[in-house]
Amino acid sequence: MKSGDAFGFSRRGVLVGGSAAGAVLVHAGPVQAAPAKGDVPVTMPVSLEVNGTRHDLQLDTRTTLLDALREHLHLIGTKKGCDHGQCGACTVIVNGERINSCLSLALQHQGDKVTTIEGLGTPDKLHPMQAAFIEHDGFQCGYCTPGQICSAVAVLGEIRRGVPSHVQEDIVAAPAVSNQELRERMSGNICRCGAYSNIMEAMQHVAGESA
Amino acid sequence: MKFETPAGKNPIDQLKVVGRATSRIDGRLKTTGNAPYAYEQHDVAAHQAYGFVVGAAIAKGRITAMDTTLARAAPGVVAVIGTLDHAQPLPKSRFNTAHLFGGPQVEHYHQAIALVVADSFEQARAAAALIRTDYAREPGQFDLAKAAPDAPLVPGSKGKPDVARVGDFDTAFTQAPVQLDRSYTTPDESHAMMEPHATIAAWDGDRLTVWTSNQMIAWGKASLATTLGMPPEKIRLNAPFIGGGFGGKLFIRADVVLAALGAKAAGRPVKLALTRPMMMNNTTHRPATIQRVRLGATRDGKLTAIAHSSASGDLPGGDPEAAVSQTQLLYAAPHRETFMKLAVLDLPEGNAMRAPGEAPGLMVLEMAMDEMAEKLGMDPVEFRILNDTQVDPAKPDRSFSQRHLIECLRTGAEKFGWSKRNPKPAQVREGRWLIGMGVAAGFRNNLLMKSAARIRLERGGRLTVETDMTDIGTGSYTILAQTAAEMMGVPLDAVTVKLGDSDFPASAGSGGQWGGNNSTAGLYAACVKLRAMVAQTLGLSENAHFADGKVIEGEKALPLAQAAREGPLTAEDLIEYGTLDKQYQQSTFASHFVEAAVDAYTGETRIRRMLAVCDAGRILNPKAARSQVIGAMTMGVGAALSEELAVDKRFGYFVNHDLAGYEVAVHADIPHQEVMFLDYPDDKSSPMKAKGVGELGLCGVGAAIANAIYNATGVRVRDYPITLDKHLEHLPVLA
Repeated sequence: MKSGDAFGFSRRGVLVGGSAAGAVLVHAGPVQAAPAKGDVPVTMPVSLEVNGTRHDLQLDTRTTLLDALREHLHLIGTKKGCDHGQCGACTVIVNGERINSCLSLALQHQGDKVTTIEGLGTPDKLHPMQAAFIEHDGFQCGYCTPGQICSAVAVLGEIRRGVPSHVQEDIVAAPAVSNQELRERMSGNICRCGAYSNIMEAMQHVAGESA
Repeated sequence: MKFETPAGKNPIDQLKVVGRATSRIDGRLKTTGNAPYAYEQHDVAAHQAYGFVVGAAIAKGRITAMDTTLARAAPGVVAVIGTLDHAQPLPKSRFNTAHLFGGPQVEHYHQAIALVVADSFEQARAAAALIRTDYAREPGQFDLAKAAPDAPLVPGSKGKPDVARVGDFDTAFTQAPVQLDRSYTTPDESHAMMEPHATIAAWDGDRLTVWTSNQMIAWGKASLATTLGMPPEKIRLNAPFIGGGFGGKLFIRADVVLAALGAKAAGRPVKLALTRPMMMNNTTHRPATIQRVRLGATRDGKLTAIAHSSASGDLPGGDPEAAVSQTQLLYAAPHRETFMKLAVLDLPEGNAMRAPGEAPGLMVLEMAMDEMAEKLGMDPVEFRILNDTQVDPAKPDRSFSQRHLIECLRTGAEKFGWSKRNPKPAQVREGRWLIGMGVAAGFRNNLLMKSAARIRLERGGRLTVETDMTDIGTGSYTILAQTAAEMMGVPLDAVTVKLGDSDFPASAGSGGQWGGNNSTAGLYAACVKLRAMVAQTLGLSENAHFADGKVIEGEKALPLAQAAREGPLTAEDLIEYGTLDKQYQQSTFASHFVEAAVDAYTGETRIRRMLAVCDAGRILNPKAARSQVIGAMTMGVGAALSEELAVDKRFGYFVNHDLAGYEVAVHADIPHQEVMFLDYPDDKSSPMKAKGVGELGLCGVGAAIANAIYNATGVRVRDYPITLDKHLEHLPVLA
């Protein structure tokens, strides 16, 4: 790439040249001043309504919504697959919209209503989507599954509400519950076990029953 | 129980529970978020601290200094462990190539060099960023293409020659009227399982318990004992749920070692997970290959000569990607040659990933078969059928225990509508789409491994199964419950299955598609023992049969629960094998059919239809087995179209080390998938008459996709993955 020349010698380029000639000393580490031992982390209060129950928490300001759920409320159903918004395993429903809970800080959610997989159904009283995932074997290892199910429930809601998608022929028309629509809308939820084909059947099953 | 002669009729053959499509018994836990994975077991040990792992920022060299002062002074920090705290690397087990921790030497990028333990995750992460490390970088070899030509031959195993030869390949190939000689490449790939490697470690005096994510409990326990220098009996390893492995969790990794060291240093339990961006370089990957296939045939399509070679790389002392294995067994030809070369590379450790060897090997061999069929002017299905073999080509008196590859191909062709394929490429258009169909054969061996289990008849008549077998998404919980229910004549919901605990009898574990057949066979052996105990307790003979919760002999029908009236009855046994896998070649077979559409304007590929037909012995649970196969087909789509760890050849690491850069298949990439199983129970494999199936689904599918793309476009791309840039300029001229 020619455009790279504009940057001249990069630090890395210099290191490459150096390493070709033999061992070179490099270091990696902080340049900023570090906090002293006595410093306490900054915490702030936040109230969340999770699965219908209000929780008043005092949290480190760096805590994600995901870690607030998993580590503070011990709601382990919401999974940490990548911790930076690439896999969808942490999907929860906040005020009716699905989000990646790893990508927002808990403190951003003061007063929000959060629904996690535990709030959709329980082993004794399954949500129809949870039951359909079991019937159609829409999971294997189970780690992406809570996120897939939260997304699947939210996706059917989005289609009902007429939220358009990238694959719609006509974005002002009502979207259909087609295989292509569902696949497009679910693509933020990765399943490495590869249960996609079965997840589609589970979603079609639920969409058919609620139609 | 020693399995030495082919299985006769036994209670599994009733197929009242086994062999029926059964929903997973752990499904209610998994779908409601109630299945606890390694990092999530808040209740197993009080006062858990958080660990954060730091990885090396160079690929090769030495750490000259590490300053942890700032990290130690940071808020909430309980302990900091640096690699220089150890003069030497901690000992590694025979399963590990790179060291997991300790000492100044850096063997690969992101090798673990420090751990921070703090009261919270946020504090541990922040403090980890305060560690200052000085390195003396050394040059390394990171370029397989550069290293391969001078790489040494891989020595033949068990005294076999380095080059496996049958007949006289060179002469036969030279004289063959039709020849094909092609080279191909496959890239480094990452397991990219959804659950990161994670562990909670807790010490009780000199005893250590780890809740971790591992496919092979007994191996893991022994390896951890080696690395920590402690007796294995002082270690307990527990992994009831595993968020995917695909080979990446066969062996212990830095997470479990550092959690144990951290918990020791902190004086309290420690939990930690590798961050997603550390996984690709810190752990293992499937090595890239450069392969060459030479085929010689008569004009009527009989193969006379087959040669396959492969070069791959690994750290010193590592292993090759055995991409030529299947070529020794898949097709007939009197003259054959296979060999591998292994270069030393200073990239992260190469190791097993789902269907190691066969996955990249068949991506290449089955593309070469497609090219040869075209050269011969033959249909690729018929070409494969013509060259089928029913015996091991190197030992013609050794037959396959079962082999129905021809039926897989014929059934698949019929079902898929193969007759509608236009053999001439780039002829079928639908609007902007170029349409093509491809086929490939799948092949993967069936491996026999000893496996133990315990079964207990509880008071009241319920059954509890205990084995250290793991369920990595494969459905182990369910097939073990099915096996116990069938053997003891009870309904499925009368069985509780407990897995993944090293205190339970050692199973075959999950790997090499051996888990299902061997772990259920081990439980079968334990059930045979329990049946004898029950019969004896009830005053019946060993001829009693078990059905509907009763034990029945002649006029007598006694409730099973009656045998446990005085207390639980427990039986433990293992399955071990004689020489049936030496007398017979035990393998599994598949045909893969794919329809692909390539955008004539952009070169983008879409998979439109996929079908696999599998010949894998008795299918214990057709529902979960089908899921294994479609999951493997999905992984095959990634391998064919998008997955590639990009090597930075200057700095020696995988650049795209997260799920945004390393592109696995997503929902939008995968159409409805079809799977068919042929019904051929294999009495030479075990009393279950089952074989492996979890890796078979991946074997060959990549080539079927590549062949479909070629049929659509007329452009042959021999370097995986087949991304649009590789064929865009050569696509047919737009009308």
